Amino acid sequence: MDKAKLDKAKLDLVRGTLDVLILKALAWGPLHGYAITSLILRQSDEALLVEEGTLYPALWRLESKALLAAEWGLSENNRKAKFYRLTTSGRRQLRQETKTWEAYALAVAKVLNATQPPIVDEAV
Amino acid sequence: MTPLPMWRRYARLLGPDPKADVRDELYFHIETKTDDLVAHGWPREHARREAERQFGSLLDIQKIGNRIGEKMERRRQLKDYWIEARQDLRYTLRTLGRDRNFAAVSILILALGIGANIAVFSVVNTLLLRQLPFPQAQQLTWFEGGSGLSPALREAIGLSGTTFTVDAFEDFQRHNQSFQSLTAYNPFLGSSDYALTGRGEPQPVSGVMIAGNFFQTLGVQPVIGRLFSPEETHKGGRPAVLLSNNFWRRQFNSDPAILGQTITLSKQPVTVVGILPASFDFGSVFSPGLRMDVYIPAIMDNMRSWGNTLSIVGRLKPGVSVQQAQAEASLIGRQFEILHPGPATGIDIPTVSSLKDYVSGKLRRSLITLWCAVGLIQLIVCVNLTNLLLARGAVRSKEFALRTALGAGRGRLLRQLLTESLVLASSGAILGVALAFALTSWLAHQASLALPLLSNVRVDGSALLWTLLVTTATALLFGLIPGLRLSSGNPQEALKDGGQGRTTSSKHERLRAVMVISEMALACVLLVCAGLLLRSFVNVMNTDLGFHPERAASINITYEDGNDPARRAVVLSEITRQIGTIPGVDSTGIADMLPLGRNRSWLFFNKARPPLKGDITAAIVRIVSPGYLNAMGMHLREGRDLSWNDGPKTERVVIINQAAARRFFPGEDPVGRLSVVDDNDTRIVGVLNDVRENSVEASVGPEIYLPITQNDPEGAQLVIRTKLPPASLASSVLQTLRTMNPSQPASEFVPLQQAVSHATSPRRFFALLVIGFAALGLLLAALGIYGVISYSVTRQTQEIGIRMALGATIGNVQRSVISKAMRLAAIGIAIGTVASYLAAKGIASLLYGTESTDPAAFAAMIVMLGIVALIAAWIPARRASRIDPMIALRSN
Repeated sequence: MDKAKLDKAKLDLVRGTLDVLILKALAWGPLHGYAITSLILRQSDEALLVEEGTLYPALWRLESKALLAAEWGLSENNRKAKFYRLTTSGRRQLRQETKTWEAYALAVAKVLNATQPPIVDEAV
Repeated sequence: MTPLPMWRRYARLLGPDPKADVRDELYFHIETKTDDLVAHGWPREHARREAERQFGSLLDIQKIGNRIGEKMERRRQLKDYWIEARQDLRYTLRTLGRDRNFAAVSILILALGIGANIAVFSVVNTLLLRQLPFPQAQQLTWFEGGSGLSPALREAIGLSGTTFTVDAFEDFQRHNQSFQSLTAYNPFLGSSDYALTGRGEPQPVSGVMIAGNFFQTLGVQPVIGRLFSPEETHKGGRPAVLLSNNFWRRQFNSDPAILGQTITLSKQPVTVVGILPASFDFGSVFSPGLRMDVYIPAIMDNMRSWGNTLSIVGRLKPGVSVQQAQAEASLIGRQFEILHPGPATGIDIPTVSSLKDYVSGKLRRSLITLWCAVGLIQLIVCVNLTNLLLARGAVRSKEFALRTALGAGRGRLLRQLLTESLVLASSGAILGVALAFALTSWLAHQASLALPLLSNVRVDGSALLWTLLVTTATALLFGLIPGLRLSSGNPQEALKDGGQGRTTSSKHERLRAVMVISEMALACVLLVCAGLLLRSFVNVMNTDLGFHPERAASINITYEDGNDPARRAVVLSEITRQIGTIPGVDSTGIADMLPLGRNRSWLFFNKARPPLKGDITAAIVRIVSPGYLNAMGMHLREGRDLSWNDGPKTERVVIINQAAARRFFPGEDPVGRLSVVDDNDTRIVGVLNDVRENSVEASVGPEIYLPITQNDPEGAQLVIRTKLPPASLASSVLQTLRTMNPSQPASEFVPLQQAVSHATSPRRFFALLVIGFAALGLLLAALGIYGVISYSVTRQTQEIGIRMALGATIGNVQRSVISKAMRLAAIGIAIGTVASYLAAKGIASLLYGTESTDPAAFAAMIVMLGIVALIAAWIPARRASRIDPMIALRSN
């Protein structure tokens, strides 16, 4: 993926989208920051590269909002790493955001997929 | 993932470190990425550089992380703190709930101490600390005349010695550079000087004559209407009047339509031009205890010939100091005396002081004494509570030992104890504030107390701030000592010894002994000072007034005489005769002013010995009717009373007091001799005992009594002496007066005793408060010694049991317990006596008729304290002697 594409991907992330992606990534279990980027990258078929410059501030913000909790643990390669996991309110947040996002995406898709103009009541 | 235990995060030397966490996390990311790239075949150095390049600005992200991390850490700490505080609080409430008696007693003691503290602070704040209730009040100054006179003379001639003539006032106004404005009022005022007629029943009205710019100078604006216009303050101008807010409300039902209307004051039609604000209270500033109804313009041209009639108030220009104004005013006064030589030099030289000092300066010492007394009370309260907590703590030492053994740090235990003392102190403070509110609002309505600004006393913001300060200091003081003691105990020993570790408890014992000693010493200081003040008060009350206020009352009367002395004699003799026939009336008389109220002095000297320059040539003057001396219960020593036959055509006569006889006729019999009163030759016909005309406490100066038939009185007070309660005669007296003059206002009888109480009320007020505090201190000290001895008896039950089993008698046991208590008391009293000696020196200027080293007061108070200590020790001693040795031995 070249630089221009990467910038585009970042721009395309609607505000709040990163947060919901992080929450989703953690839905299966605790992960450290690097694993989160890899997971999102893999899940999106390499379409979404989450930059470190935005990932970590987002992680910390979510942690300070108590949507995530963090613990230090040992990584697969036996290094000391900070693992994040969803809290109860994080899980609730994820459910809610997912719903909102799907409704939003559906609405946008409907408009974009339209093949003829809607019938407008001129008399109004 | 293998979780790392939480404590690893805290394994750092100084607790958690959010910065290091952020750094570690980011490095982990870069290293993992590097590993990934290496796995894809990158050389390690390149991989590392690429990972860092992709990461971007590491520092910026680190900064964001640090910020968020620190915020979270702070929040976490705060949360931990609150959780612990909540735990402490819950625990405290539970233990206090279990120990209800202890909690109730402590809170009550604290409430008394804190309540008294706030109430006294509110009084001190109003009278000493806060500015007077005027805009830029610090600019306001007071002129006191007669600074060139000797203090004795100034005291002897009363108000006339400290006031100024119209000429002098105008001279100051003309020549000064220091003042924005100078104003004046006529302080020779009494209550009910005027009568309001033409609106239902005639009403007595109090009024004061003020210079036209009086309210402008003070910065007081009327709520409706206006102040006086220039034409209303000049001779022959339109008569006008300003009403006090209170009078307007009371008399005119707050009707704004009264503005511009004409009312009749003492037969004079006057126009109401304005209503003053409710916040302005003339009496509370200038004449404590007097209610003022109306303000009348002083017509300077009329008053020019009246002598010293004006009190002067000035407003300094910004930046001018009182000292500068003083220097200038002295100079103007001296020049004035050179141009207008009068009978006494030095009378026109003023002392300039801030108005605030004039209003409450005389009370400063009393107030500070009161403040110290209440501070001592608070200290005793602290000592007492420390004692209570220590005694309780000793019982709880096992609990503390257990908690220490379970890992609670010393700081944690200390915090728990401080939480307890804070809970107690703030509960006490809440009750105390309520108490103070009640006290101050009661005080603000004590009109009979001649204390300035009293009606302004209230618990305000600064008083609440003071409460906070006192409460916190108290909580720390009585919580910290037991806290430090308890938390330093050796847990093993305490546990081993069944909660009565020997070393700890003997340390406790010593500390409690120190507490008892200091409590005794503090109470001793309070008691001795209160004793001295009480003795002074009794001395004041026992002062020979020279008249007998019991069973006598006065009433303000109005009558018509057309300014004709002959006609006046007829009218007044008829009034006294008719009142005298009312059943129950013993004697009656009339005077223009009564003792301890208003006073003024006139020129007076021995005709045979004209005064030299600077001689004392004045005497306080009363213009009285025949029979007045008798009605007042005054004692004529020589000569005769005045008579209705002393008329305008006969020789002018006067009765003088002994002080005047001593001063002006030393070594001779003054009766029959000629004197000069106000430029008139006057024959002395009698000598009267000294009468306290001016003040109860000041020495008596020369006084003269002139017949109302030969001189112009400034009002008339009818005095009635009776065997019955004076109030029962009020209606028949008023009825008699009404039939003779229908415009007689329906004033009430004023018992003569009221004037005496009024004059002594500040002393009574302070003495009573200090005595009350001393009693409280004594009670607390007794409680303290009782608590300590009784506790130590409980702890020594076993020891006493052994001694009794070995043959000690009941007497032995009692003696040993009491002697231990009395040893402590004696040390406390010894220290207290020395401290009292110093404290008594500090209040020497408040004493009257007694020395600050008065042995009787010291002895009485020390004996009293000793007896109270004895009683407090005797109760536990008796309990000790009833210990059954068998039970005591078995109990452990």
